[in-house]
Amino acid sequence: MSDITRLSAADLASSLASGELTSLEVTQAHLDRTEAVDGAVHAYLHVAGESALSAAREIDGRRAKGESLHRLAGVPIAVKDVMTTTGMPTTCGSKMLQGWVPPYDATVVSRLKAAGLPILGKTNMDEFAMGSSTEHSAYGNTANPWDLDRIPGGSGGGSSAVVASFQAPLATGTDTGGSIRQPAAVTGSVGVKPTYGGVSRYGLVALASSLDQAGPCARTVMDTALLHEVMAGHDPMDSTSIDAPVPDVVAAAERADVAGMRIGVVRELTGEGFQPGVQTRFDEAVQHLVDAGAEVVEVSCPSFEYALAAYYLILPSEASSNLARFDAMRYGLRVGPDGVAAPSAEQVMAASRDAGFGDEVKRRIILGTYALSSGYYDAYYGSAQKVRRLIADDFAAAFGQADVLVSPTAPTTAFRFGEKTDDPMAMYRGDIATIPANLAGIPGMSLPSGLADEDGLPAGFQILAPAMADDRLYTVGAALEQRLLEKWGGPLLDRAPDLTTARQTEGA
Amino acid sequence: MTTTRDDAVLGYDEALAQFDPVMGLEVHVELGTATKMFCGCATTFGAEPNTQVCPVCLGLPGALPVVNAKGVESAIRIGLALNCQIADWCRFARKNYFYPDMPKNFQTSQYDEPIAFDGYLDVEIPAESGEGTETYRVEIERAHMEEDTGKSLHVGGSTGRIQGAEFSLVDYNRAGIPLIEIVTKPLVGAGHRAPEVAKAYVSALRDLLRALDVSDVKMEQGSMRCDVNLSLRPKAGEDPTSDAQLAVPMGTRTETKNVNSLRSVEGAVRFEVCRHAAVLTSGGSILQETRHWHEDTGITTSGREKSDAEDYRYFPEPDLVPVAPDAAWVEELRATLPEPPAQRRKRLQGEWGYSDLEMRDVLNAGAVELIEETVAAGATPQAARKWWLGEPARRANTQATDLVTYADQVGLTPSQVAELESMVVAGRLNDKMARQVLEGVLDGEGGPTQVADARGLELVQDDSALEGAVEKVIADNPDIAEKIRGGKVQAAGALIGQVMKEMKGQADAGKAREMILAKLGAA
Amino acid sequence: MGPRRAHRLARMPDLSRDDVAHLASLARIDLEPQELDRLVGELDQVLGAVAQVQEAPIEDVEPMSHPMPLVNVTRPDEVRPSLTPEQALAGAPLAEEQRFSVPRILDEE
Repeated sequence: MSDITRLSAADLASSLASGELTSLEVTQAHLDRTEAVDGAVHAYLHVAGESALSAAREIDGRRAKGESLHRLAGVPIAVKDVMTTTGMPTTCGSKMLQGWVPPYDATVVSRLKAAGLPILGKTNMDEFAMGSSTEHSAYGNTANPWDLDRIPGGSGGGSSAVVASFQAPLATGTDTGGSIRQPAAVTGSVGVKPTYGGVSRYGLVALASSLDQAGPCARTVMDTALLHEVMAGHDPMDSTSIDAPVPDVVAAAERADVAGMRIGVVRELTGEGFQPGVQTRFDEAVQHLVDAGAEVVEVSCPSFEYALAAYYLILPSEASSNLARFDAMRYGLRVGPDGVAAPSAEQVMAASRDAGFGDEVKRRIILGTYALSSGYYDAYYGSAQKVRRLIADDFAAAFGQADVLVSPTAPTTAFRFGEKTDDPMAMYRGDIATIPANLAGIPGMSLPSGLADEDGLPAGFQILAPAMADDRLYTVGAALEQRLLEKWGGPLLDRAPDLTTARQTEGA
Repeated sequence: MTTTRDDAVLGYDEALAQFDPVMGLEVHVELGTATKMFCGCATTFGAEPNTQVCPVCLGLPGALPVVNAKGVESAIRIGLALNCQIADWCRFARKNYFYPDMPKNFQTSQYDEPIAFDGYLDVEIPAESGEGTETYRVEIERAHMEEDTGKSLHVGGSTGRIQGAEFSLVDYNRAGIPLIEIVTKPLVGAGHRAPEVAKAYVSALRDLLRALDVSDVKMEQGSMRCDVNLSLRPKAGEDPTSDAQLAVPMGTRTETKNVNSLRSVEGAVRFEVCRHAAVLTSGGSILQETRHWHEDTGITTSGREKSDAEDYRYFPEPDLVPVAPDAAWVEELRATLPEPPAQRRKRLQGEWGYSDLEMRDVLNAGAVELIEETVAAGATPQAARKWWLGEPARRANTQATDLVTYADQVGLTPSQVAELESMVVAGRLNDKMARQVLEGVLDGEGGPTQVADARGLELVQDDSALEGAVEKVIADNPDIAEKIRGGKVQAAGALIGQVMKEMKGQADAGKAREMILAKLGAA
Repeated sequence: MGPRRAHRLARMPDLSRDDVAHLASLARIDLEPQELDRLVGELDQVLGAVAQVQEAPIEDVEPMSHPMPLVNVTRPDEVRPSLTPEQALAGAPLAEEQRFSVPRILDEE
């Protein structure tokens, strides 16, 4: 049965369509895989075995009746725990929402259900998506399938780990500053942050509203495109949703032709501060694109120097407001302060927020509260929003010279647990290459460029495109993937350790 | 004068002899849209608790707002009717503070980019001479869009008020209902007439909003709520509009919240003038604070002190995109505006043929719309005025409320008044009976026809009964009959009274008179 | 009223323990003393780094609040189904009389 879990979503879809496999078999195979390896990986916060199998049976039944089904119908998927799901808890990796079962489905989840994808469960994440390592989950770390002592990236470490450990062919993610792309990079998988507004945010528990964007996680560029197509599209429930046709990402992935395209290497996102093995694989990947007929130009985005600072003002500011609703009045954790007989609502709110939020969340809420407070607004939040404009302008200028921009996704390969938890700025600096796209709202993809020589761990290659030109990511990504697969002689993830023999982590 | 700070007040005239009041009025109006400002939940008043809530207005994680188009349209129409500029581009902003009845712990509002700004409303108050009216221009600073909060029921404690309650029960049906907040600029130059101006402004605003058909403006149900800001400054002479007076810096203001009737607006201004004056003349200083108005006792008491801790951390709402009303659309909306109230009053006075005095009484009673609708329903202007300004106005006054609110409460409608009048015209009721029927309607006994039927009030239409009574009365009073025969027609009155008595009031006095005169050959 | 902010450029952020305590109270988080101590140091470090935005050439630059330049996204004033009270109250820590039961409220807003 383990063969099934190695298949791509596209191949599974074909086998389901031809009747070679049933959704029940495919779903069961993935649940079995989870049973075997997730004790070690701890990618799931909640496994929804029964409901996934029942959804699979329903799809099989409909297929047997000859109903016309979505291409991905019957292919199971894992959902990041930041998306609301009826009938399944949605905790965002926080004690605050332990056991909360939402009364509504996120639009993305509704679309998955409508397309007939059985939902295997909810994946682990940094609490309220704040983090780059999944070490900030209140429910324990998720391990990187390549090395169980290392981080799987964050905040969507659970989603990257499920696809990289073959527990699901597909997973959803959300990307506020790199939370889809960086986990993809450090696990050797593929992830896309679509254009802001391309995928509905309705039902995604908001971190930073103007930066958050949901997107697909998978092991191949084509699978990512197939999932992108299911997730994306206009939603009247989200005012910031773009009312325009979704770029044809699947056709773009099929095309995989970069001949004549101009590839812009962003000067500020290479070289210094990037791990040598990561840089080497990046340079080789660029050469592959040249070999495939692309033209390479160097572009400069001088304002990126301020991107990290702007991001770590805008994000905490919006987050401090978005997370104010967790106040123990209508849902979520409620605790009283110690030693107070009849506490007031005010005291219960403050005690519950102290008990329910982890350190990183508190740190960012306090930072955001400060950045928005009267007298400091102009200096912090206001200035950050102006920097944001400069960054968008830099992108606009760069896209005048190049069809897509490229960089390493993250400066390093996966680091060890605990390596950066005591140094928030060091952790934040890991997002340097992914953050600018969120500030400007443009789409970005990460796909594996190979293993870094010094540690044998996956490195990520990032592609950025202008807003609403998400299809370009797939054309370039698929072209690069083809050449790399040829070079590697098979998928990179085939070289990852066999987890079924891995030691089980305790109580994670 | 008592010794506690809350109670110390100076007499109003005494206060005004030394100080010049400056007011600011903030009025919140709940729009009468079918759905909430940012979600599709219904807005029906009085629904069962938590039946008109969804993920958006409950502030559930992940939910997102979408603007109600009608809310924006209403805001623009209100802005235009208040002679405001309409922003060509504006945003919503989040006002961040924690409160259990506010689901997201921020209010989606507008901050430094209101949809409407820089307007005015001319309000009329009776001239001091007693003849005609004076116009006071209330400058409008802004009108902006925001959302309402839920409602808390405070349980435990003795008063049912917030203090002393053991816990609260929250219903979020009201959370997210569209509000327009209308903020005046500081109102200066009203002098001792400040309380009247405040009342006249709120009343005029209410009339305007009703004419716009954007809100039911029921102050008693909270769909229109008023906060009164007041400060005093030293008087610089007898003319409150003099340059010297306007140059005097304004004093510290207090904000009296939830002043929810026209009378209370007047009362709160008056009370705060007297209280401020007492503090200032005794050498104290005014604390910048929120105060609570007590409708029952007519005083304000200290609430929360305004402090630096109050930091709303406004920022543009990232979940909503900017509102950029198209100029052509704004002009289209302008064309839908009703006639300006002052102009309309002038026109109606002409159409109705009211004297200045009659019109003034109608205005003071706030009965213009009621009369207009009653006339539209078929009554004559004089009859409509007579009925509305009679018993209903008297009872409204006794109950310390205004006529519109009172009529709403008891369910008296213009069409009922017209119906009543038509029964008089048709000879089914005489004037005295009609008054009784009206009282019945006000007492909640039903509509005019229903009350007349139930109380058995109906003029006897059968002439033979009247004829019998007339003949009996003539026979009983030969002397008077003789006088009438002799040409003293005015003596008929004595006989009419007796006929009416015989008929137990259920007769048309005019008909009785005709019959008496005819029988005595004096017709 | 008077929605204009004082423009006070904080050049070198210098957050005291009291400042952080005040921010925590604005954010309604009852921080323990040792949390407060730790945050003072961490925030100083982070603020030092993010204050860099003030060095960017941002004079006369229009702030960007939204990544996509959309305007006028509205919905028609049409009623959509609400949740049932049971659904609405399902997650409530405490409910009574079909309402959310919350601890006593200190002051009216």
